[in-house]
Amino acid sequence: MTDDARYDMTTGEGLVVCPRCDALFIEVELEDGETARCTRCETVIARPRTGAFSQIIALSFTTMVLMVGAVFFPFLEISRMGFGNATSIFGVVLAYADGVLLPLVLGMVAMVVALPVIRASLLLYVLLPLAKGQAPHRHAAGAFRLSEQMRPWSMAEIFIIGTSVALVKVAGLATIHLGPAFWAFCALILVNVTAKGYMCQTTIWDAIEDGGASTDGRELVDGLRNANHDVLAADRP
Amino acid sequence: MMGWGKAGEVDDSDDGPRTVLTAHRAGLIGCRACGRVWPEDEVTCHRCGARLTPPDRRSLQAVWAWLIAGMIFYIPANLYPMMSTQTFAGLQGNSKATIYEGVIELIHHGNYDIAIIVFLASIVVPIGKFVSIIWLARAAGRPASVEDAHLRLKIYEVVEFIGRWSMIDVFVVAILAALVQLGFVASIHPGPAAVSFALSVAFTMLSAQSFDPRLIWRGLPLRRSR
Ligand SMILES: [Zn+2]
Ligand SMILES: [Zn+2]
Repeated sequence: MTDDARYDMTTGEGLVVCPRCDALFIEVELEDGETARCTRCETVIARPRTGAFSQIIALSFTTMVLMVGAVFFPFLEISRMGFGNATSIFGVVLAYADGVLLPLVLGMVAMVVALPVIRASLLLYVLLPLAKGQAPHRHAAGAFRLSEQMRPWSMAEIFIIGTSVALVKVAGLATIHLGPAFWAFCALILVNVTAKGYMCQTTIWDAIEDGGASTDGRELVDGLRNANHDVLAADRP
Repeated sequence: MMGWGKAGEVDDSDDGPRTVLTAHRAGLIGCRACGRVWPEDEVTCHRCGARLTPPDRRSLQAVWAWLIAGMIFYIPANLYPMMSTQTFAGLQGNSKATIYEGVIELIHHGNYDIAIIVFLASIVVPIGKFVSIIWLARAAGRPASVEDAHLRLKIYEVVEFIGRWSMIDVFVVAILAALVQLGFVASIHPGPAAVSFALSVAFTMLSAQSFDPRLIWRGLPLRRSR
């Protein structure tokens, strides 16, 4: 790391901006485990963790495997007066294949199944070469940006809460058994939460930019090294 | 070493006025997607490919447009039934329930906690979001004290975080409809409100995403003392 950080106020080189408040910072490499916060709005700008890339890769693979199970195994089983009905998510989509409500169901499947899978594959595409210290694939930057844009629309956890509410509503009407796919979904949410803990966008952007040369998840940005300490300790507006 | 990590500013005195230099003030433009800084005349970020936009109140037009779309679709979402329940091929009766009636029904059955979840997700959160976004969009870019700005940012973060959770009721209806295919015993069909509610939530999410939080800080005085 360079002690006297080099920066250029005309080209923006060596500078970093807070996405929430536009405050400028000088790019400095962070130690592993350090957290860089914006001194103005306290948004976390970077939080590098050792081995984060390999963790996210492992978790992305897990997501894809779990999702296969979640789609094809029975999700819930419902029975009343001898009439039983086991439904996988795949079966639900087929049931609506020619209905008026097809758009609604497709939209839901996109948010619950497709987006998490696409995000996992994009992250694998971006991080696999970076974790090995190789140059990133072509369009890695676009792939990572797309994955970030999809994040708010990926709604697996909301789907599970919705399922729980639905179970209570039918409770009087029929008997419900939870299928393996339901539990696969619950596992997916845990995987997601864990992956979020390892996710540091700034680190990934830096690694993409540096061509994977000097990175193993710890190289970092931001003049917050000093800022961080000073401000959190001394300056609360 | 920099006292504050503020670019171009070396201020080691602990009690002097301190400055917050923004990219905009410095004649630069920052990428909201990846944090890189570019000269002001650049239009796309060379690192991540995102379009670079200056913090400008004109970007609020998109916020208003999506918000109005979201509010319009919220009206039929409340007037029409979310779903209709048919039992015994209609012999025992058909019932259609709007969002509000659904909550009342849950209360009648004694499911208070579920009633509260649905009430919060389908009524309190959407309306709270409309009000918050209107307030944010009107306040953005206006002069503010540091406390005001932090309050605005807090509200923006809450709106951003909580918006997706309104989708719960749409999922509930779709799951019920899909699962309760018990032939003539009982069946549940999604009503028109389910679709318009889903659209309302999606448009409101887009509205919140179009809001540029950098505008929150634009009215702040450049210098402030501790
Ligand atoms: Zn900030
Ligand atoms: Zn960028």
